[in-house]
Amino acid sequence: MNRGKQLIWQNYQKEIADDHFFYVRSCIRQNFFPGAEATFLRILKDVLQKDVYDDPDHTTCTGIGYHTDIVPLETTMTVVARQFALMTEKGYSHFIPSCVTSFGMYLEILESWHNHPEVLEQVRKYLKEATGRSFELPANIVHASDIIYKFRSEIAQKAKYRLINRYTGQPLRVVEHIGCHYAKMFPHKSVGGAEFPRVLAGIIEEWGGEVIDYPERRHCCGFGFRQYFIKANRGYTFSSVKKKLDSMQPYSPDLIVTNCPGCNVFLDKGQYVISEQEGIVYDENGYGIPVLSSEELAGLVLGFDPWDIGLQVHQVSVEPLLDKMGVEYEPEKKYLGKENIPLGRPLQPTVLKTI
Amino acid sequence: MPRIAVIGGGIAGMEAAIRLSNLNFEVDIIEKSFSLGGNVNNWHVLFPDHSPARLLIDQLKNQLRDKVNILLGTEVVRTEYNNQQYILHLSDGTRLTFDAIVITTGFKVFPAQRKEEYGYSIYPNVITSAQLEELFQSEKPIHTADHRMANRIAFIHCVGSRDDKIGNRYCSKVCCVTAVKQAMEVAQRNPGSEIFLFYMDLRMYDRHFEDLYFQAQTQYGIRFVRGRLSEVSEKSDARLYLKLEDTLLGKPLRLTVDLLVLMVGMEPADNSPQLANLFSIPVGTDRFIQPENFHLYKNRTSRPGVFVAGCASGPKSIGETLADARSAAFEVYNFFNNN
Repeated sequence: MNRGKQLIWQNYQKEIADDHFFYVRSCIRQNFFPGAEATFLRILKDVLQKDVYDDPDHTTCTGIGYHTDIVPLETTMTVVARQFALMTEKGYSHFIPSCVTSFGMYLEILESWHNHPEVLEQVRKYLKEATGRSFELPANIVHASDIIYKFRSEIAQKAKYRLINRYTGQPLRVVEHIGCHYAKMFPHKSVGGAEFPRVLAGIIEEWGGEVIDYPERRHCCGFGFRQYFIKANRGYTFSSVKKKLDSMQPYSPDLIVTNCPGCNVFLDKGQYVISEQEGIVYDENGYGIPVLSSEELAGLVLGFDPWDIGLQVHQVSVEPLLDKMGVEYEPEKKYLGKENIPLGRPLQPTVLKTI
Repeated sequence: MPRIAVIGGGIAGMEAAIRLSNLNFEVDIIEKSFSLGGNVNNWHVLFPDHSPARLLIDQLKNQLRDKVNILLGTEVVRTEYNNQQYILHLSDGTRLTFDAIVITTGFKVFPAQRKEEYGYSIYPNVITSAQLEELFQSEKPIHTADHRMANRIAFIHCVGSRDDKIGNRYCSKVCCVTAVKQAMEVAQRNPGSEIFLFYMDLRMYDRHFEDLYFQAQTQYGIRFVRGRLSEVSEKSDARLYLKLEDTLLGKPLRLTVDLLVLMVGMEPADNSPQLANLFSIPVGTDRFIQPENFHLYKNRTSRPGVFVAGCASGPKSIGETLADARSAAFEVYNFFNNN
């Protein structure tokens, strides 16, 4: 392993709680890849035997509204305070956001309250007046990918599959993509820092894969809130996706792993957009590069059914990856829902091949 | 005859010791490493005249010979002050008494790995200016870590200097002209190579520096770009992919190079703040030792009988360091004669 990276990683370690988690969901992940969150909860509860609370009363953190200047900061802080109040009421103090944007929001707000206690007092007052609730600050706040990182060895011990290409016996070549708000704002609240984050690299290596360090590794997925949500700016989003994919293509990656719901969307569905606009596909067989979240990948190595994980709702077909890993799956069940009710099949792209 | 301890055996300490000895003081050099010469030992040739660094050290050593007691591999671990004398407890267990102290602990080069985004210690073709000097010692063309001829080389100025983010707001003074000197040396060894220097400002402040800058452009075709490096990545062929900003045009630019040289600045030597603490003398916000007065008494400290010279009190060129050491010796002389 690169000694320079090891030295950097030593500077960016953090405490990750061991048990008793209060989980808050991601707006984007729930809507685009809902199986990822179900998989995360299943891993924590059923595989690792951890206590995790998924509160049906919790809401958005308002992150998207905040970053697009729609929701005022005071409102955002009060909504965040309500999330903490729910955590406090349920008897928890270890807070896990599913979303990297939310994770950054929570850290930013906690840092603001730390430096401006008068603002915290004001927010306590707002929340009390609006809802009658009060709250404690979390004792430990980490991102969902931090939890997967912490338990990567336990997952590896229970794993059914490894990130090894069964046809060649070689490690799968994996691109790790870290959401900007995971470490770029508060490097010391991450595993590994902002420049060479360890959180996904550690997972990939533990499970047998090889991490690709490519030139545009640090580049944003292009979501950037004001880029994608303002329709006229969407060209920036897809030019960013293209820049990254162009840069990683020479390394022939088998897989992209992200820890951010937005990045998952844009690196996955962006491959469809680029294929339609430019006629470019980023793997030699025309299927594109599969994009998984850390939770989805954990579920896969643990032997969960890929369709229970929700991999059928990805734009880029995951079957080439499943075949390389030797994952057993039933192709005909890909688009069957619960009780085998057909979900319907998506329309076929013009250029990007799908299975 | 008063006995003087010179703490630090780099060129400042050697020069101060020589001058003090010439003034008939009894002098001991206490040097933590096992050789004299300090950082200059690591340099190949010096600006502005391209004279060998080794020659300078040898000349100083010759002048020191038989005049000064030299304690190598020795550090000061504790001090006492008694009856206007300093008792130094040394790392070898001995205890020596002195009438005055000259601190010449110098500097250390900025640890470039602190600029994480520049990839030093991660990508083998990212090297520091100090490492390039080591490569110069071989008198061969400059190759990359993967044994290719370095055909395209970028130098980045102000690495660890003038950088609020890493806590060093000061200018290290010598890096600009060192970059020009080193770029010319690379151009001589690797004819036809493309060389880019990315600078914040070019501080060619001393005699002949502008001449070097002019010669670098006209004779060697070295390209100077006012710009800052954002981040470094490695391509699949081990070349480096730089993201920079041309700060004159206000535009981002990308550049692929074979070798990247980081012009590392100066930081106080590791033992400098500890010594300041042992002698109860202040250091500045930049952590260099604070002189009593920047104009009149730049070699005195707030403590009578404790003097400072060379880069221990801030970045200096070799010429300035030697002049400062002579000045410190004269201050010591005045201290005893006026007392």
